Amino acid sequence: MTGIPFVLRMAAREIRAAPRRLLLLTASVAIGVAALVAIGSFADNLRDSVRGQARALLGADLALSARQPLPRAAEAVLDTLALQGGRVARLTSFSAMAYVPRTRGTRLVQVAAVERGYPFYGEIRTDPAEAWSGLQQGGRVVVEPSLLTALSARVGDTLALGEARFVIAGSVVSAPGNVGVRAAFGPRIYIPARDLAATHLLGFGARAEYEAFVRLPSRVSPQALAGRYRPVLQPERVRVRTVAEDQANLNDALGRLTGYLGLVGLIALLLGGLGVASAIVVFIRQRLDTVAVLRCLGASAGQVLAIYGLEAAAMGLVGSAAGAALGALTQRALPGLLAGLLPVDVHTAVSPRAVALGMGMGLWVALIFALPPLLAVRRVPPLAALRREVVPAGAGLDPWRLTAIAALAGSTIALAAMQVGSWRQGAMFSGGIGIALLLLWGAAWALTRAARRWLPRTWPYPWRQGLANLHRPSNQTTTIVLAIGFGAFLLATVFLVQDNLLRTLRLTGGPARPNLVLFDIQPDQLAGTEQELRAGGYRAVGPVPIVPMRIQSIKGRPVTLALADSAGGRDGPANAWALRREYRSTYRDTLVASERIVAGRWWTPGAAEPEVSIERDLAGELGVRVGDRIVWDVQGVPLASRVASLREVDWARFEPNFFAVFAPGALEQAPRTFAVLTRVEDAAARGVLQRRIAERLPNVTTVDLSAVQETLERLIDRVVLAIRFMALFTLGTGAVVLVGALATSRFQRVREGALLRTLGATRGQLFRIVLSEYLSLGALAAVVALLLSGVAGWALARFVFDGKFALPLLPLAGLGAAVVGLTVAVGLASSREVIGRPPLQVLRGE
Amino acid sequence: MLRCASLSKTYLSGGHRLTVLKDITFHVEPGSFVAIVGPSGSGKTTLLGLLAGLDRPSAGTVHLDGEELGALDEERLARLRGQKIGFVFQSFQLIPTLTAVENVQVPLELRGEPAAARAAALLERVGLGGRGHHYPAQLSGGEQQRVALARAFSTRPKVLLADEPTGNLDARTGATIIDLMTELNRDLGTTLVLVTHDHDLAALARRTIRLADGAIVADSAA
Repeated sequence: MTGIPFVLRMAAREIRAAPRRLLLLTASVAIGVAALVAIGSFADNLRDSVRGQARALLGADLALSARQPLPRAAEAVLDTLALQGGRVARLTSFSAMAYVPRTRGTRLVQVAAVERGYPFYGEIRTDPAEAWSGLQQGGRVVVEPSLLTALSARVGDTLALGEARFVIAGSVVSAPGNVGVRAAFGPRIYIPARDLAATHLLGFGARAEYEAFVRLPSRVSPQALAGRYRPVLQPERVRVRTVAEDQANLNDALGRLTGYLGLVGLIALLLGGLGVASAIVVFIRQRLDTVAVLRCLGASAGQVLAIYGLEAAAMGLVGSAAGAALGALTQRALPGLLAGLLPVDVHTAVSPRAVALGMGMGLWVALIFALPPLLAVRRVPPLAALRREVVPAGAGLDPWRLTAIAALAGSTIALAAMQVGSWRQGAMFSGGIGIALLLLWGAAWALTRAARRWLPRTWPYPWRQGLANLHRPSNQTTTIVLAIGFGAFLLATVFLVQDNLLRTLRLTGGPARPNLVLFDIQPDQLAGTEQELRAGGYRAVGPVPIVPMRIQSIKGRPVTLALADSAGGRDGPANAWALRREYRSTYRDTLVASERIVAGRWWTPGAAEPEVSIERDLAGELGVRVGDRIVWDVQGVPLASRVASLREVDWARFEPNFFAVFAPGALEQAPRTFAVLTRVEDAAARGVLQRRIAERLPNVTTVDLSAVQETLERLIDRVVLAIRFMALFTLGTGAVVLVGALATSRFQRVREGALLRTLGATRGQLFRIVLSEYLSLGALAAVVALLLSGVAGWALARFVFDGKFALPLLPLAGLGAAVVGLTVAVGLASSREVIGRPPLQVLRGE
Repeated sequence: MLRCASLSKTYLSGGHRLTVLKDITFHVEPGSFVAIVGPSGSGKTTLLGLLAGLDRPSAGTVHLDGEELGALDEERLARLRGQKIGFVFQSFQLIPTLTAVENVQVPLELRGEPAAARAAALLERVGLGGRGHHYPAQLSGGEQQRVALARAFSTRPKVLLADEPTGNLDARTGATIIDLMTELNRDLGTTLVLVTHDHDLAALARRTIRLADGAIVADSAA
């Protein structure tokens, strides 16, 4: 075809002459691409780091773990592996109170009692460096620095743990993988395994995890071993882990995190796409004459479409390249934002894959959003060159246009699905965006109609003129409401979710709610504990009896059989966790405030069989209903029970809640420990009480709920910060689209302003015209966005986070005001010329 | 060269049928110079649009160089325009994003022919040899129309259709444009069809067709 060189040459000339405002619109793609490149690079770096550090994270080739001392079957496996040349190091971890006599500081800690050799891979670096290697000499402890800070202790101090005393030999500089929620329950400390017994902490009722780490000779495949031994160990409630599996799990979890962050970036890009579309609409309108002339001169409709399609593509490419550069810079900030949440050290290399992908997505979005309005050039009649009044034939049902719009919707779903790795979620996400945009669009439409129809004639002229501008030809009402409204909607929703999550966590409800829990109280220590509380003037809530137990059989089917079922994949059946775990159950005759019956009834007096009430979700996991029988293994003694009721439990309230609650009568004779709750207002006083308990009852664990809550809040804040950081890209895009939308109609507006001034309008009147226009635009966008975010926030709280929902009106109103302010500020700034330029200069200058 | 028979054009306007042209029949010989004149609203520009295949008649036919325009689809019409017709508009209609010489090159490039040398020569011919790299906005109205003439003649079209080519120009500049057009008409043997209400201009034509209310009221060749 002879047309191709012509199309290329014309496209190049058009790009050379591209108006600056069109360049501005490439910026709207750029910000979205920057977000995607940053997230993509970060995700790739994260995956690299996980691959590089996975072995160090596990510390071995293979690990066995159980919530009880490893059973005989597991020991047999370990013996076999040792015979084949494997090396074994054990680690026992549990919570306990650490106490430093010199400073009289007490703190809940996570104890890891390690054998020589652990970790086989990776490195626990300490300060001083020899502290780790010297640990196994005994009588020494290595602690995380946060413990030293919390207890005002230093290396060389004595640290009491249970009934044993240790010298603090050093602090941990870095240990692989110790992050996240686990840190909420106290800093980690390492003691040698041989000193474990001397602490006397692993007595009855203590919760500990027993692990054995194995380093295998290189000829043995950990995966094959895991496959061979799992069927034997699974029914014994022993978990088998390998590096490859850990890595896969970690990648899944981190992939979800980066996937969702990427979605926020995608929203920014799609919003940029809207900006592109609106720019093209205006651009094409300015090019109608040129198109008509080209058609007169013999260019085909396809050639003209190709010329402007190429120009849009070039703009998209420039925008994407600029975005990629910006993204490469931005991604350096991400590991810092998420510090404390990531189990690996993440480097900040720019990932070529992420850059290529981000640029590809940017280019594609620019093209696919440009296409529907671009298709209009095919319909510009050449006759328009002769007669200005000839308008393009009405859009009607143009099959090409419909195809382009379908392609747009399809690619949005595909891009979203690519980010989150699921078609269903991609479609849901796109549907949600679609609905939000549709509502915003509907609101903009309603506003333009209202401005046309119901504008009160009695209003002062500037206000009527300003509002009339909302529906004048080539207005930007829809674009501005969409861009600003969508950005605001996103920010408000993120804010609402964060606010509601934190609210659920917060210990509200006044002074009645306990904030200190004392666990592992042995029956003979109960009197002493309560006496200690009374001495401080604190009220004791409880005691709550706790009986550790396991499930032996459900509806007559032994759990070991269910666990051996290999249908569910490498971790056993899907509910393996529920079958395997140790239940710490209680008994009482009344319901507490944080639970309610959802099926069956609370205790029937004189029931023939012990009755139990099961938490609703757990009942689902176990597949039991009211009336079913569960046989429990209570320290080796079988206890048959009938499910009398199912309860819904509000876990978010920091209270001792239980999966299984028994009717009084069945468990009184079972071996048990007690928990006591109290409330101590003052943090310092809490510290004092914790110390006194630690001194007198070293095995009793005290958990400061306010401290746990603070740590959790910090973690949530981290995630929210990252999401907000990404949401800023969306708002940035919104602002760019706003500026672009205003710039595209600038010329016309300046002329109008000049005309009005020629007709006698003062600057003050022009100012009020512009002000009323942007005030109404901003207010509409803000109101619709806030309403939408209220609905979205409610839906997320209700269906995703399972919590109650409240609307923090004041902060939302503030956000709304900020949105209106931004719109008015940008509007006024871009209208300086409309108001300020001398009319004659404008009219003469054309 | 150009033949139209029983040509009519009606529009639907606000529910009313509006007849703009009725029963127009004439024939234009190759190489001739015809002026179509008439008051505003007499249907001149509509007729020009139909002759160029820019619009479709409600009834009747147009033959251009032996081809029936009504039988061609939009793409083939475009190709036909590129090959056989040159245009000159009242408002010049240069492409504002292209330089003068690039504007002249466009029709040649569309046909895939070498363009640079010929475009430069044509600009020289219309007296704008040194102004090729200027954009339309940097040229006066007369200069723009001269570029438009160079563009119209660049492909040696069989027919040149001009719509009020001097309408936006002062008398002296308009005269230069007309001189150029007639010169090129003579030199290249192009058929010239000119729509105007300028009597002096019409007087230069060898034949004048007068329209009123959409019908031919006088034809100097008849």
